[in-house]
Amino acid sequence: MTESEMRLTGSQTPSFPQDRTCPYQPPKAYAEWRGESPLTQVTLFDGRPAWLITGHAEGRALLVDPRLSSDWGHPAFPVVVRRTEGRGGLAFPLIGVDDPLHARQRRMLIPSFGVKRMNAIRPRLQSLVDRLLDDMLAEGPVVDLVSAFALPVPSMAICELLGVPYGDHDFFEECSRDFVGAATSAEADAAFGELYTYLHGLVGKKQAEPEDGLLDELIARQLEEGELDHDEVVMIALVLLVAGHETTVNAIALGALTLIQHPEQTDVLLRDPGALPGVVEELLRFTSVSDYLVRMAKEDIDVGGETVRAGDAVLVSITLMNRDAKAYENPDVFHARRTARHHVGFGHGIHQCLGQNLARAELEIALGALFARIPGLRLAVPLDEVPIKAGHDAQGPIELPVTW
Amino acid sequence: MRITVDRDRCIGSGQCVMTAPGVFTQDDDALVALVPGHEDAAADPRVRDVPMACPVQAIAIHED
Repeated sequence: MTESEMRLTGSQTPSFPQDRTCPYQPPKAYAEWRGESPLTQVTLFDGRPAWLITGHAEGRALLVDPRLSSDWGHPAFPVVVRRTEGRGGLAFPLIGVDDPLHARQRRMLIPSFGVKRMNAIRPRLQSLVDRLLDDMLAEGPVVDLVSAFALPVPSMAICELLGVPYGDHDFFEECSRDFVGAATSAEADAAFGELYTYLHGLVGKKQAEPEDGLLDELIARQLEEGELDHDEVVMIALVLLVAGHETTVNAIALGALTLIQHPEQTDVLLRDPGALPGVVEELLRFTSVSDYLVRMAKEDIDVGGETVRAGDAVLVSITLMNRDAKAYENPDVFHARRTARHHVGFGHGIHQCLGQNLARAELEIALGALFARIPGLRLAVPLDEVPIKAGHDAQGPIELPVTW
Repeated sequence: MRITVDRDRCIGSGQCVMTAPGVFTQDDDALVALVPGHEDAAADPRVRDVPMACPVQAIAIHED
């Protein structure tokens, strides 16, 4: 195909994203995009054409390329999900801004997510996980692993880290779920408004009565010194709270499901706890909870023999990059002993997940303890009856009924 | 073999520390730092993997 034929036309190209059928495999339609070319054309729900980057090497190169923008506030920034329609101008801190603003925001936060801090948090995570498993064993079987385990682990962890009272978790878990699961932008705005009001009040309360937590540190260090204003602290809190809820819960649930479906690989884990970090990396590669990343080209960029033009929508397929046969041998096989180096489960480039080392600690401790305590864990329903999230959301089961 | 780090680029992902923990560390700001005495990369073969592991190309290895 010549370049002129490949130019984004918006006509007759497949829609993106599509729903998975198996919770941990790419949607079936994506199979034909996995050929020689590292990119393909797709159409978004609003009819806008977009490039989908599927090649591992090309995707990694693009994710460090400053010619791609993450500025959600740009009026032409691509919209992939109907709930974010009409959100132009609302550039969320960290995730929806470019450098140098992004770097300034990120640098304020990274000490709280540094390797030393995350290792220091492990004993508390372990006792939290042990307590949840005690409750689960007392309650079941059958148990919904999402609500009993996969959700409370990251929810309690992010609350403790931020200094948000976990006692309010029913409220903000619901807001968070409504926000990311909204069908329309009006519904999303309503959930956003509730969450914003709650956190606005919390930041005000913390200003009056400081406690221990990341938000309290931000208030003491950045707000009081004029580096951040009240609204920025609230928006940072909102992004971290929602991100803390909508990612690791899926990674734990999808990780558990993948292990349940591959008992011979779970045996590796049970026989050799030292294999755990490697298993978690392979799960992150194999399941690709964050299916895709959204960018916009600021300048023309040559990719795989094609030219992405300034203003084009660029979707980077985490799922297909992590299943690129040029990067991984037999990429569709879940292999506990694979060294899944350089997977992009946490993204790549300046926006690579801020909470990745917290997520790793949570996954290692949660999945290690889950299978050590309940080695006979299995699904209570057939795999194809596990309800899963829509293609435009973070990928994972909505419920995961398990028995033992 | 010499290691150079560009702290202005660092985003504190900690991939260097995870890949070669004896050579890389994070300072109080969670930015990349070399463990003193490890400016020479030859000591640990895992160091060779660090430039690929770093999400922002903040670490380079120079063959002298």
